[in-house]
Amino acid sequence: MSIDIAQYRIAREPFYRPQGDEVALYEAAYAARLPVMLKGPTGCGKSRFVEYMAWRLDRPLITVACNEDMTASDLVGRYLLDRDGTRWLDGPLTVAARIGAICYLDEIVEARQDTTVVIHPLTDHRRALPLDKKGELVAAHPDFQLAISYNPGYQSLMKDLKPSTKQRFAALDFDYPEAALEAEIVARETGIDGETAARLVKVAQAARNLKGHGLVEGASTRLVVYAAELIRRGVAPRAACRAAMARPITDDADIRATLDHAVDAVFA
Amino acid sequence: MGRSEDARQRAMRHPQAQAWWRQMDCGFTQVADVFEECLYEALSAFTRAEMEAFVAAARELAHLGRGPEPVLAFLEGWPSAAAAVGAAALDDVMSLVRAQQASPNGSAIAPLLQTLAAVARRLGSREQLAGYLELARELMARTTDSLHGRQAMTASAGLPAFFGQAPQLVEQLPLAGLRQWVEYGLRHYARQPQQQADYFDLKLADSRAVMQRERRGTLLADVERQLDCTLRALWRDPQPIIPYSNAYHALRQITPYHDSLGARLPDALEARDGVAAIDRYRATLAHMAGHRRWSRPLIADNWSPFQRLAVEFLEDARIDCLLLREYPGLAPTLLALHPRPREDACDPETTSCLRHRLAMLSRACLDAAHGYRDAALNETVAAFHAALTGGAADTARMAELALAWVARTRRPSDQLPRIHFDDTVIDYRDDNRALWAFIEEGDEEEAFDTRKQAAEETPAPAGLPPRHYPEWDRATQSYRPDWVSLYEALHPAGEAAAIDRLLARHAVLARRLTRLLDLHKPQNTQRIRHREDGAELDLDTAIRSLADLRCGLTPDPRINFDQRASGRSIAVLLLLDLSESLGQAAAGGGQTLLQLSQEAVALLALAIEGLRDPFAIAGFHSNTRHEVRYLHIKGFSERWDDTVKGRLAALQAGWSTRMGAALRHAGAALAQRPADKRLLLLLTDGEPADVDVEDGQHLHADAKKAVSELASQGVDTFCLSLDPQADDYVRDIFGGRHLVLDRVAQLPEKLPLLYLALTR
Repeated sequence: MSIDIAQYRIAREPFYRPQGDEVALYEAAYAARLPVMLKGPTGCGKSRFVEYMAWRLDRPLITVACNEDMTASDLVGRYLLDRDGTRWLDGPLTVAARIGAICYLDEIVEARQDTTVVIHPLTDHRRALPLDKKGELVAAHPDFQLAISYNPGYQSLMKDLKPSTKQRFAALDFDYPEAALEAEIVARETGIDGETAARLVKVAQAARNLKGHGLVEGASTRLVVYAAELIRRGVAPRAACRAAMARPITDDADIRATLDHAVDAVFA
Repeated sequence: MGRSEDARQRAMRHPQAQAWWRQMDCGFTQVADVFEECLYEALSAFTRAEMEAFVAAARELAHLGRGPEPVLAFLEGWPSAAAAVGAAALDDVMSLVRAQQASPNGSAIAPLLQTLAAVARRLGSREQLAGYLELARELMARTTDSLHGRQAMTASAGLPAFFGQAPQLVEQLPLAGLRQWVEYGLRHYARQPQQQADYFDLKLADSRAVMQRERRGTLLADVERQLDCTLRALWRDPQPIIPYSNAYHALRQITPYHDSLGARLPDALEARDGVAAIDRYRATLAHMAGHRRWSRPLIADNWSPFQRLAVEFLEDARIDCLLLREYPGLAPTLLALHPRPREDACDPETTSCLRHRLAMLSRACLDAAHGYRDAALNETVAAFHAALTGGAADTARMAELALAWVARTRRPSDQLPRIHFDDTVIDYRDDNRALWAFIEEGDEEEAFDTRKQAAEETPAPAGLPPRHYPEWDRATQSYRPDWVSLYEALHPAGEAAAIDRLLARHAVLARRLTRLLDLHKPQNTQRIRHREDGAELDLDTAIRSLADLRCGLTPDPRINFDQRASGRSIAVLLLLDLSESLGQAAAGGGQTLLQLSQEAVALLALAIEGLRDPFAIAGFHSNTRHEVRYLHIKGFSERWDDTVKGRLAALQAGWSTRMGAALRHAGAALAQRPADKRLLLLLTDGEPADVDVEDGQHLHADAKKAVSELASQGVDTFCLSLDPQADDYVRDIFGGRHLVLDRVAQLPEKLPLLYLALTR
């Protein structure tokens, strides 16, 4: 079975601005082939970071967005029926283990807990993936690495990782960058001027201050980038902020009025 | 008169004045003393014909036989009132005066005229003033006691108080709100002269509460959450927001301030100068947050009041500049709220201009386009901006600037008692009490917050503090705010074995119930289809997949299904009416209604316990609106054990049935429960009634309102009535959700069955 590795390669350097020593940490973890867990709120740059590291380490990257309907066979692979009988199809995790890619399971807590345990044999000294339906033991390629992301902010009792899963990873904490850095990132990413970027970040920070007081999660860097994109395409800054940063995150009239006021206060 | 001089013969300086004075034919020396001055003021406003009418009205007032006070008040007040509402409104006023004179209320003529000018200035048009006078006339008519419906006997107690408070009332309330407020007072206190006077004098709590409800502008309570969010979001400085009221002190207006307890804001604000009320609140909070972030207290002992005032103005300006640096979008709001004093508005020869100069300085610091030419001002502003360039400067630096400025611009006239106040009050700023620290105790500390704790009017029963609930007023279609006081307490405990004995008597029924319950026990399973890994094969999808396979298509492998546990999610609160009538013997049996209720509740509890639905039991009775007792018998988290049985065994009947408040309280507890269905089961033996309510329909309407409030909170109310005559009213109160039990003896059997039927 031939797998087109080229499609999983990152061709161009993704823009990623390090906040601390996370690049060095990841490189060390990869050198030891330790699985890595990226923790942090939504839209703060976890997925971008993995892309960047895959490019930097020159490894293919296979990303799986987890959801609660996902079963173990969605990860590992399954037999398909066809005219001539049955045919085995590798799942993304198996493919990654075979070709030595970085397998990135995004928002792992969304998957059911019994699904998550299939990664266990890959994440300890065994580095192997048993395909029990097929009766095969796939030994992981020496370059294979597993990375997962999860957002501890959900804080739902129903959605948490088992301790046995948690204790298989080196963890990197992510958060929204501090204001000046975030403005620089937004300006680099979208090409708007630094002044506007700084103001957008200020609005986002106002929203983040309301986390836990009517907002589950503040406006993310991703939303700031969206607002900046709208502005760059000619939308007035206030309208762009409302559309990209205030309206998406709340339906609560009081919170919306507060965010609108923050937008008005920041953009004279 | 006590004096030998005859005022009628007093000589006026001007011949025309002399002619009018003779026309007045007035013997009061007090009037003669000021008559000519009053005329001159009136002459500048009135035409010739209006002057004649003015003098004629004054003459009429002088001959009422009510002393000089009405004439004096009229002569002094009417010219300025007429400037606001037009001289033609005089007819309306005199018409009311004559009506008062013809009734026992002549003594209220002087109060009317004394406050008329202030009222007219605020109302501003003849139509509005006519509305006010009409309201006063109605108040007079309905509070003046009459004998045999014909002859008015005693004067209205409320009328003089009403006139006394009128300036404040029209300041705070729109005319429609004023009418509501008067209407409320008339309906409740028309027959109680003392309380009536207190009501119209704003001395009663409900008088103030109703006034608060009718206020114009934006109430702080309505926007408090938004303001709280603003503090958090923009300033990261969450602090409690505490309202204070300016409604009751026309002279002593409190400015916003902040102290260790939180930010104190006025309880209502109106939009002003194109700035919405909420933005005025936000500006004040922003300014306070700025002080908390950037200001440091100064030792004030060695500074004069003038110096302190100057330091405050400059420090405030610094804070505002920093605010605008942080959030430039606030500029339009602040500049609209900040007064813009005219440079030549104050004459330094006759008036103390310190405040005026400071207000200009403050304006110039914020507004680059201020256009003031004064050299000292411009240099200070330049120094101010230089100090702020590249940093936030600090309070001490502002103090230096302020002291230098005071020394430079000081004038002897600053000490004059006449102080220029126009356009110098910057009302979004707080009073800066946090800016000053005193080493030695001065006499100023005690000036703040001298309000004494009001003594509790009725001694509260031991236990939890009272909860206040509104009551729906059918007549006005509005809530009476905080009308009912409800006290929640644990029901006293009795002997639990008594309940067990009751249950033993109903052993047969209990067994039947248990069998029934087994049928009702939740099946606990729910089928989840389309699973790849599941407990059983789902034939429908399996066949479809096989067909796909035969056709050469990719089949769907999700051909199994799973069982998942699911349960009932019902929370129940059983509310018992424990009024006096429950003690009566039930028809056709030796038992009282109370005993039957106990049996029924015990059986129901047994049933619900078997179903494992969370449920609570409470009872209530009332003794006027000041004392509704809400007795806790079983909580949601308590098991059906001897403690609970003991409380049930100790039930006693007494007092009346004020249903609305109890329903609201029970509903509030129930609405907190996490359940799909919330059922409030009310067991009652009569209609809502209480000893302080004569209009039976009133409590009906309130109970009905309470039920619909609960429905909107997701609480279903069901009433089981033991009153055979209940059909007349239960349908009205509870809609279709009720059951009237004709044979009360069946209650123990019916109640659990009813519950099962309701929750099937």
